[in-house]
Amino acid sequence: MGNLLSIVTFLPALAALILGLFLRGDDAAAQRNAKWLALIATTATFVISLFILFQFDAGNTEFQMLEEREWLLGLSYRMGVDGISVLFVMLTTFMMPLVIAASWDVSHRVKEYMIAFLVLETLMLGVFMALDLVLFYLFFEAGLIPMFLIIGIWGGKDRIYASFKFFLYTFLGSVLMLVAMVAMYSDAGTTCIGGCDVSLLKHNFASESFSILGVQIIGGMQTMLFIAFFASFAVKMPMWPVHTWLPEAHVQAPTAGSVVLAAILLKMGGYGFLRFSLAMFPVGSDVMANFVFTLSVIAIIYTSLVALVQEDMKKLIAYSSVAHMGYVTMGIFAANQQGVDGAIFQMISHGFISGALFLCVGVIYDRMHTREIEAYGGLVNRMPAYALIFMLFTMANVGLPGTSGFIGEFLTLMGIFQVNTWVAAGAATGVILSAAYALWLYRRVVMGDLIKESLKTIKDMTTREKAIFAPLVVMTIWMGVYPAPILDRTGPAVEALVTKYDTALAAAGRTEADTQVAVAEH
Amino acid sequence: MISADLNIILPEILLSVFAMAALVGAVYSGKDKLAPLLVWITSALFLALAFWIGTTGEGTQVAFNGMFVNDGFARFAKVVILVSAGAVLLMSEGYMQRRGLLRFEYPLLITLAVVGMMMMVSAGDLMALYMGLELQSLSLYVVASLRRDSAKSTEAGLKYFVLGALSSGLLLYGASLTYGFAGTTLFSGIIQTATDGNMPVGLLIGLTMLIAGLAFKVSAVPFHMWTPDVYEGSPTPVTAFFATAPKVAAMALFARLMHDAFGEATSDWGQVIALLSVLSMFLGAIAAIGQRDIKRLMAYSSIAHMGYALMGLAAGTELGVQAMLIYMAIYVTMNVGTFAFILSMERDGQPVTDIQSLGMYSTKEPGKALAMLVLLFSLAGVPPLVGFFGKLYVLRAAYDAGLAWLAVAGVVASVIGAFYYLRIVYYMYFGQDREDALDGGKSPVLWGFLMVSAVIMVVGVVNLFGIEGVAQAAAATLVN
Repeated sequence: MGNLLSIVTFLPALAALILGLFLRGDDAAAQRNAKWLALIATTATFVISLFILFQFDAGNTEFQMLEEREWLLGLSYRMGVDGISVLFVMLTTFMMPLVIAASWDVSHRVKEYMIAFLVLETLMLGVFMALDLVLFYLFFEAGLIPMFLIIGIWGGKDRIYASFKFFLYTFLGSVLMLVAMVAMYSDAGTTCIGGCDVSLLKHNFASESFSILGVQIIGGMQTMLFIAFFASFAVKMPMWPVHTWLPEAHVQAPTAGSVVLAAILLKMGGYGFLRFSLAMFPVGSDVMANFVFTLSVIAIIYTSLVALVQEDMKKLIAYSSVAHMGYVTMGIFAANQQGVDGAIFQMISHGFISGALFLCVGVIYDRMHTREIEAYGGLVNRMPAYALIFMLFTMANVGLPGTSGFIGEFLTLMGIFQVNTWVAAGAATGVILSAAYALWLYRRVVMGDLIKESLKTIKDMTTREKAIFAPLVVMTIWMGVYPAPILDRTGPAVEALVTKYDTALAAAGRTEADTQVAVAEH
Repeated sequence: MISADLNIILPEILLSVFAMAALVGAVYSGKDKLAPLLVWITSALFLALAFWIGTTGEGTQVAFNGMFVNDGFARFAKVVILVSAGAVLLMSEGYMQRRGLLRFEYPLLITLAVVGMMMMVSAGDLMALYMGLELQSLSLYVVASLRRDSAKSTEAGLKYFVLGALSSGLLLYGASLTYGFAGTTLFSGIIQTATDGNMPVGLLIGLTMLIAGLAFKVSAVPFHMWTPDVYEGSPTPVTAFFATAPKVAAMALFARLMHDAFGEATSDWGQVIALLSVLSMFLGAIAAIGQRDIKRLMAYSSIAHMGYALMGLAAGTELGVQAMLIYMAIYVTMNVGTFAFILSMERDGQPVTDIQSLGMYSTKEPGKALAMLVLLFSLAGVPPLVGFFGKLYVLRAAYDAGLAWLAVAGVVASVIGAFYYLRIVYYMYFGQDREDALDGGKSPVLWGFLMVSAVIMVVGVVNLFGIEGVAQAAAATLVN
């Protein structure tokens, strides 16, 4: 199985091709075939991807299961996984069958819908496995096309505006990264990210300060590259203040689209920060760390407050996602073992939790065709199973101990506390705010008496819906009670990353004191 | 000696003889009845010549004391020109036939234009350059106004002619100044006078005039004004032709003149071209936003694309020329497919160019809509489609040449430009069903070109069909 990674990556695309070429017609039978084929393909991808997990050796901090082929322009097709990426791969393959199953009621252009999701899965997996700069960019950007179509074709009322905003916002962020990539290629003479003799991860980008148009750039080229990559990943993540595309996109996207967006696509930003910003531009990261912390804390507090006043459930969860991603960026740039471990853990856990929350909204949206919080109330009377599941994920979202949300938040807070106490204090208030908006949402939707006429006939979850939630429930609780399997896999890779980061800073003469001076000069 | 010279320009001679013989033959026999046949023969001839030039040419041959150069660079450009001209001719046959525009002069004028273009890319002398350019332009002026009874088409032809004549004037003025200060019209002579830093002022003005004249031909801002009107007014197949082969020829000529004649003064013209490039990219991106007519939209799109190609040229390096050649080859491939789609847009037998009429085209013709979607994203430069690689090459060339600001400007413009390509996708996929929706096109030729072009955009990711190495060799012969 020398091509395991490629097989996993391109299996969904192959299924999409088969769907596109051989499935004719749009009658009920064709629709059913399309759904089943997509479900089988994504499930098969998940099963095969388990081999990646089994073969993966956590003690080895190098890239594993490498594949390499010659390509254009001195580039190569190079794939591999390490402790940082392997779990994102698993997250993606795990979520996709659920996403497909959650789309069983789609009846409008089913074949195209399934093709779009299958292609999207290939592209997302490619992002996490690519070990060539341009190959990474290819997968990273190409994901915009299916997502644009998913929002635009199957979205809600204002889907056109949302799809354009989504595309142009993220595209603008990414093209600056493209220029930075060209610059890196030019400087290092290779586009290999890691796993080869001359690689970007081993290359030291210049960090001597220089000035452009009279502005002193501390950290020099590294800072410039950092900013360019930041432009892309911060939009993708999304960080305040460039998060505004996310609520629009979430609200307008179909349920499955929201799930993919929240559970996987947002993680690309965090993954990019880890793989590129922190690992390749340590000095740049250090120079900009306080800036990132500031944005993260603002994101945590401000978007939590914004979430409080939302009247649309999806929008509320979208803002809560932005807040939770604030913990992630904070943890990453704390750049210590707990912070980075926590950030990865938080991303994986948020993948399950936010995905599940969007599915929860989808369940009642499918029945009532509205996402207004006002339209609901007292659902517990007719939907006990739903109330239970929604409760679990609300609690996980709040970060209740025993759920995976707790571990991630706790680790990132612990990481940041060692670096900057004030940031930690600010971020901790976000925990309270998240409890406020999440519990209030739950109370308004689920608790109380069932007085609204329209809700009197609402049905509880079907077996299919329960089956979709079951794996998510298991994962959320398991990760919350026994997080070691996750942390064992990320640990060694994160340790290597943090050591490399510290060494690079020491080599550049940026000790703790210097950092303070640099901030003062800002 | 003369026979050796003639041997080198054999493809051009063949084409000219064919054009004249066919002209005489058609006049004295069936006239327009022969036109469809002539179109097919001309296309076949183009493709055969492209194959011949592409497979046999080797090394650099110089004819007529340096007036005519046949090197790897010229051959690359010629193959692209011939193939795209052949493709456009084939696509136009059905369209022209149905609208009674298929006169026998059409393929012959195109042939003559192609001869002019082949002359342009092989020019080694300002006189040869001008001859080629004028042969091309004069043929195209006529083709632009082919639809004689349409005011718009006539207007297009006239506008094209007047502005084209103006640009030719500028070019000639530049050429005469250059001749005055360099003492020769041969590129190999000019390059000895035109050196970095100590160029005579007259020569510098001459260079600027030459650049202005050529910028007209590639429709770079601020010399682009004719483009939208001519694109809109001309019959669509002619527009398709304008958007492809002549652009390649003009860009190749641009590169040849800059490197062969002014190759020692890169810093003098590099900044001028960088300015043209950045203006074109932004104007092309912004002005197209408000367009409803797909032909005008494509005009602005081509202005923007020329901006990117010029970015490669502005780098003034071998990598830059290579990037430019790859960019042009990809651009032409995309445009052939896109225009195949535009040609098939019709309702009740009438051509339609309003993009709103594409409302929900994807439900009616899913295959064609998908192919167009691929082409549009490729035009916007979104990976993983081949159009992205064109941009990647020019960006890399510009960055390596120290033009990082140009690269940043280029990518920002590409985001703005993405908007209007997306808008077409929006009409096709998210729009409303319309009463006056388009008929499904039935032409298998157009369908074939559209599909082939779209498939190339996807499959080309694997290795760009080996064009990289060929373009590199071609660029190496020009820059050394």
